[in-house]
Amino acid sequence: MVAEIPSVTADSAYRMSLWSRLMTDRNFLGFWFMLPAAAVLILFLAWPLVLGIWLSMTDTTIGRPGVFIGLENFDWLSDDPVFWLAVFNTFLYTTVASIVKFLLGLWLALLLNKHLPFKALLRAIVLLPWIVPTVLSAIAFWWIYDAQFSIISWVLLKFGWITANVNFLGDPDNARASVIAANVWRGIPFVAITLLAGLQTISPSLHEAATIDGASGWQRFRYVTMPLLTPIIAVVMTFSVLFTFTDFQLIYVLTRGGPLNATHLMATLSFQRAIPGGQLGEGAAIAVAMIPFLLAAILFSYFGLQRRKWQQGGRD
Amino acid sequence: MTDATPQRATEPGVARDGPARRGRGGDEGEGMDYLVSLPRRVVTVYLPLLVFLFVLLFPFYWMVITTFKSNEELYDFKDFSPFWVVHPTLHNLHKLFFETHYPIWLWNTMVVSVVATFLSLFCAVCAGYAIERLRFKGSRLVGMAIFLAYLVPPSILFIPLSTMVFSYGLFDSKFALILTYPTFLIPFCTWLLMGYFRSIPYELEECALIDGATRLQILVKIILPLAVPGLISAGIFAFTLSWNEFIYALTFISSTTNKTVPVGVVTELVEGDVYHWGSLMAGALMGSLPVAVLYSFFVEYYVSSMTGAVKE
Repeated sequence: MVAEIPSVTADSAYRMSLWSRLMTDRNFLGFWFMLPAAAVLILFLAWPLVLGIWLSMTDTTIGRPGVFIGLENFDWLSDDPVFWLAVFNTFLYTTVASIVKFLLGLWLALLLNKHLPFKALLRAIVLLPWIVPTVLSAIAFWWIYDAQFSIISWVLLKFGWITANVNFLGDPDNARASVIAANVWRGIPFVAITLLAGLQTISPSLHEAATIDGASGWQRFRYVTMPLLTPIIAVVMTFSVLFTFTDFQLIYVLTRGGPLNATHLMATLSFQRAIPGGQLGEGAAIAVAMIPFLLAAILFSYFGLQRRKWQQGGRD
Repeated sequence: MTDATPQRATEPGVARDGPARRGRGGDEGEGMDYLVSLPRRVVTVYLPLLVFLFVLLFPFYWMVITTFKSNEELYDFKDFSPFWVVHPTLHNLHKLFFETHYPIWLWNTMVVSVVATFLSLFCAVCAGYAIERLRFKGSRLVGMAIFLAYLVPPSILFIPLSTMVFSYGLFDSKFALILTYPTFLIPFCTWLLMGYFRSIPYELEECALIDGATRLQILVKIILPLAVPGLISAGIFAFTLSWNEFIYALTFISSTTNKTVPVGVVTELVEGDVYHWGSLMAGALMGSLPVAVLYSFFVEYYVSSMTGAVKE
């Protein structure tokens, strides 16, 4: 690319060759500047997306290219109780984890927005769970949830609140609660720190004015903080929902979908059928089944952004 | 929110911790907090905050403490308090570094993350500049497409990608990861850098254009030096994302010596039914340390890239 730059001299100004005209043409230049990114994204993102939809309509297995079988995979999945269990789990996991993450994250953001000593340090510590690789923190949770040597069980036993070790990952309901708790632990920092950034843009004079008008703490939160925070909440929660919905790592490490498929999410089921199971077509069909929900989340985010535009007087 | 760069948006919080916060009049951060009495503050602010910090940090403490415990201490809750180490040992770390392939995994992760990050940064700088400054026909649409690409999760791409990786003969090689990681890094970096480029005054570029600079010269000599904070933000964040990546590495890599840290720890350190918690935790700790250290040096950049990507 470097070789393409002609040296710009004074006399070249009136000898506008085709080349120098191209070098000032924004569409021509834009094409070349976009090329590296576009090549990677089209080749490894857009094309696989199309290929995935195609695969979901074939009976491809590992080592054997499949033939087109139409919607047979989806038809087969619609009769598969494990698939529907995974869909149910995914929704349960996403809904509960997102709501808890939002509430606790907002609370933490409000706390951090107070006048505190060591504020920068606190913020740095809070973000730590989000920085550390999910898989590695999930292994720490695996150890914390150990059936025999769980520290939580030990503490609860000491206090006399339970009589036997809690079977965190062996019992379907406990397992669901445990993976959701681990997901919430990892998700809170992201929600809290981004909402904190939003809170810091709210001028304190608005709160002062509301207080002078006789507003209570709750009223100030409800009628001053929340409306100003809504646009950023919409975006943050879309991201949060999106990444929780497609979560794979945490489940893979903690339970691999067990016990009795009680924690299988659509992503883990798709992996299990496609890679260890070898049924690439069926796995792709499960992945494709996630797309409508993702689209819904993206549309939600889009309207969240629209609202921000409107709130700021039409500026972009 | 929009006129500020991601970096600037977080600055008030930083500035507030400076000595200037004493003056009540000109200080925004303190607000009306001084109206609340101390005991009330303890119950409504400090106590919940302490609980939050305890819960958020406990798994790390547990990782560290388990790493330095010997096996007899680890499984004996009667004679030893589980919350402390009586006889710290380096046995687990020694085992990790000298009896497993852990050092090779660290090296693999490092190579893949660094190369993927630089590749993505190069693509993102060009794309971000073109979308934000060249304003070619359809640049708004392309900007929107980049944002949408950011929202496509790896868990719906890994199956078709694995067939592609296999047919290109990249299976079980670092190139499979180096080429696929940019799919989630480029959209993120581009989106972030667009925000930075927007914050650089256009007048600078106009002056350079009048002086006869080409667009490439402008990008290299004017825009990039001014966007260094943005490049650092995008770079370290991309590095962290690649370091944390799991599903592609799990699917595209099969031989032990090509694995990355997260995959290696999960698939190789767990042997059968007996879990060696000491070395597992040591593996988790050592895998987290590089990003944690990087993070501690660049906290502000992390915060700005995270909040920036959401807000822009």
